[in-house]
Amino acid sequence: MTIFVNENTKVIVQGMTGSEGTKHTKRMLKAGTKIVAGVTPGKGGQSVDMDGQIIPVFNSVKEAITATGANASVVFVPPKFAKSAVIDAIDAKIPLVVVITEGIPVHDVAAFYAYSVEKGVTQILGPNCPGIISPGKTNLGIIPSDITGSGPIGLVSKSGTLTYQMMFELRDFGFTTAVGIGGDPIIGTTHIDCLRAFQDDPATKAIVMIGEIGGDAEERAAQFIKEYVTKPVVGYVAGFTAPEGKTMGHAGAIVSGSSGTASAKKEALEAVGVAVGKTPSETANLMRKILNG
Amino acid sequence: MDLFEYQARDLFESHQIPVLAGAVATTADQAFSAAEKIGGKVVVKAQVKVGGRGKAGGVKVAENAADAKDKAGAILGMDIKGHIVKKVMIAQAAPIESEYYLAILLDRANRNFLVMASVAGGMEIEEVAHKTPEKLARVGIDPNKGIDKAQALEIAKGGQFPADVLDQVADVLVKLWQAFVKEDATLMEINPLVKTTDGKVIALDGKVTLDDNAVFRHLEHEALVDHDATNPLEKLAKEKDLNYVKLDGQVGIIGNGAGLVMSTLDVVAYAGEKYGVKPANFLDIGGGASAEVMANGLSIILGDSDVKSVFVNVFGGITACDAVANGIVQALEILGSKATKPIVVRLDGNNVELGRKILSEANHPLIQQIETMDGAAAKAAELAANK
Repeated sequence: MTIFVNENTKVIVQGMTGSEGTKHTKRMLKAGTKIVAGVTPGKGGQSVDMDGQIIPVFNSVKEAITATGANASVVFVPPKFAKSAVIDAIDAKIPLVVVITEGIPVHDVAAFYAYSVEKGVTQILGPNCPGIISPGKTNLGIIPSDITGSGPIGLVSKSGTLTYQMMFELRDFGFTTAVGIGGDPIIGTTHIDCLRAFQDDPATKAIVMIGEIGGDAEERAAQFIKEYVTKPVVGYVAGFTAPEGKTMGHAGAIVSGSSGTASAKKEALEAVGVAVGKTPSETANLMRKILNG
Repeated sequence: MDLFEYQARDLFESHQIPVLAGAVATTADQAFSAAEKIGGKVVVKAQVKVGGRGKAGGVKVAENAADAKDKAGAILGMDIKGHIVKKVMIAQAAPIESEYYLAILLDRANRNFLVMASVAGGMEIEEVAHKTPEKLARVGIDPNKGIDKAQALEIAKGGQFPADVLDQVADVLVKLWQAFVKEDATLMEINPLVKTTDGKVIALDGKVTLDDNAVFRHLEHEALVDHDATNPLEKLAKEKDLNYVKLDGQVGIIGNGAGLVMSTLDVVAYAGEKYGVKPANFLDIGGGASAEVMANGLSIILGDSDVKSVFVNVFGGITACDAVANGIVQALEILGSKATKPIVVRLDGNNVELGRKILSEANHPLIQQIETMDGAAAKAAELAANK
């Protein structure tokens, strides 16, 4: 099985007619994702030929759902228009919105996240995330689909390329689902949400959790693991050598004062029995040992 | 982006938050003019983006303009925790009766905004939270609802503000919220917020952090950037739209994706322990990087005189390894004889065979390819140590 998505997930791409949207729609289709519609306000009624598959375009998510029965959306809309795109998806009561867009002002993210909570229907993944893949079944976002296949591991990560790196390291086993939750200060789906879903998914035998400096999400995840997760978890935290006060690429990746350090996160995870690797390859070996029992 | 105190003061003033007269000066003579204009007793305050300047002697009361000139002369050029003082703020002095605390900030854990208000100000708020938590109101704000006067009054009561200032404090909070939203701030802190002896509530010192992601709708924020403090290599990188942070080691790092680059820094630091070498920088060329972006990045790293070796670590997701390889080859062509540092390259992922082939065929004496991240990090550290 998988978490959050599966081979039957019907997907809308918001911003499909833009260059990034078009490129990744083609990649997702090639990976087997059931993409049923695109949404670009003002371009409703058109359709786009995606390497032989004709995908209709609608003006709003609501129209797209009515016509196609879609139940998830992937957002490639530029930062300036991302908030209204996500609000449109929430208003259409879509169950899942995956926000790939990088560089959305945090006030906009706070606003659409609060709106999703108020409406109580839509789960947001991201923003500034690589998306979610269940290898061989479906792929929503920009994670390369050919790194590895289906297998017993669940993966949750703040970082895109580290997600790819870890999937590659553990390509001999494969994954039920790999989720990139994004590195922004405010994100919709958290480590905890993914840990819960992996714990509840019978096909997932073990979990890899990748964190990075900034905030205290990993510490809270550690507390949750202690309370809820009985499956083996291995962890990796990036940024041990990051200096204080310098933002490391992700808007959320900053060590401020004594909080947000990689060491603090490692300690919190180890305190609840999570084996934490010093490097991606060491982390993969910890997982390999668990799976080889 | 963090603002200087004088920038925060000006921003507060533009949003009708009560502040005292103040002006920035970069020379003692400017300080004299500013103090003369304000008149009477003034405070000369070092403008540094670090706490503890008062204890370090960076804040002095001056009796008149001549005195302000002397004090500014002494403070300008001071080293406060590694920050050289290049500007001072000349602020009107006011007779203070009480010091309070008021702030709005991004709350990552609760994914909304947080107001903190306390009758106990002028000290570190962590100390108040720890010693007298009953004096600190912490209230989460729904970003779609904001703060109205009635709620602001409740918050002020919660922070145990005395009855005679409740109304003024609530007014300041409502305005602070409006400023916080309008300016796309992630932090606006007033510490201290003071009551003067004549009963007026005034923001005496402020800290403001603005969201860099929101610059597209605040072109005026560009003027607030402190170009003096920016490392020249960081400045160059920014012009090329590259995500670069200068560090103090010897191994230049280029990678794609913030997480992988951070991880690369760690792996190089571990590998460098036995040689006494460390990463020289953080450089993320981002997803989907073209040959041109790679070439720009490599030029910046090779232009850093601290760099002894370079480690290019790319996992091709959207980025294709052949584009990365072409970028490296092109950069070396452009740089010609100026490129003298060994470059260790590890490529994996999208189009890796083609990427590796391009580098092999280029057969450049500076380039070494190593297949694993750990192995490549060890090689780059070793090369930096032997240089």
